[in-house]
Amino acid sequence: MSFITRGFSGRSRDRDERLPPGQTLVSDFPVLSAGPTPDIDTAEWEFTIRTESGEHRWNWDEFMALDIDDVSTDIHCVTHWSKLGTSWRGVSLDTLFADVETEQEYVMAHSYGGYTTNVPLDELLDGKAWVAFEFDGEPLDPEHGGPARLLVPHLYFWKSAKWVRGLEMMDQDDPGFWEQNGYHLHGDPWKEERYW
Amino acid sequence: MEHVDGNWLAGPLAEFFSFDVTMATARCSGCGTVAELARAMVYRSGAGTVVRCGSCGHVLATLVESEDRAWIGFSGVSAIEVRREPA
Repeated sequence: MSFITRGFSGRSRDRDERLPPGQTLVSDFPVLSAGPTPDIDTAEWEFTIRTESGEHRWNWDEFMALDIDDVSTDIHCVTHWSKLGTSWRGVSLDTLFADVETEQEYVMAHSYGGYTTNVPLDELLDGKAWVAFEFDGEPLDPEHGGPARLLVPHLYFWKSAKWVRGLEMMDQDDPGFWEQNGYHLHGDPWKEERYW
Repeated sequence: MEHVDGNWLAGPLAEFFSFDVTMATARCSGCGTVAELARAMVYRSGAGTVVRCGSCGHVLATLVESEDRAWIGFSGVSAIEVRREPA
């Protein structure tokens, strides 16, 4: 006698292979926020990368003059929802780091509003991450992180920091906001790295 | 001075954690405001709950829950005051 039915286990033969374990498909785009939605005018917006040797800075016009990628990707939230084939436009982190020299291997992303999240630098390069400003052909809504958010789709979506304003290089993988408070330091959805 | 191990906390903290938390008063480590937790601003999302100071918006506390565990962080509270019944 089996206690595990196909519906209960979530591992039916029909299961979409693009879905990591423990995830369910959604068609809407749930909003998760740790605070009020910041109101950021692109005239005031800045993005910085801070290293041991100095700071690289872009304003909105300089940022929009960089090479822009069209990105189609699946996204996976730690709260068990996934969306497949989402469409974004943004600047690759490879482009932003092209002239950045650093020996430091870890990154803390900082957002307007104070949110932080940590990611190793090698997980942001080689076509794995963007600073995105469009979703589904429209400017990114403030509630989804506009004017610009980090997009690191191979990790749980809390790593894709909304309202991103800069990246700070670090010598070690210090935990960000949710990572200090129970969530996993790394956050790989295929390994179900949800919590400590 | 000698110290004892954390088992000693069982008694005093059992009393501490049995009060009505919304009646407790906390000091915000961001702006120093001392206020009842009931006056805080609470943001609830699927990822967790974030408690912010009603005066300055600084994060006072976080709650994260999984199926089998829960985390309570008081990263922005310097102290919590609870009222005791007179002996």
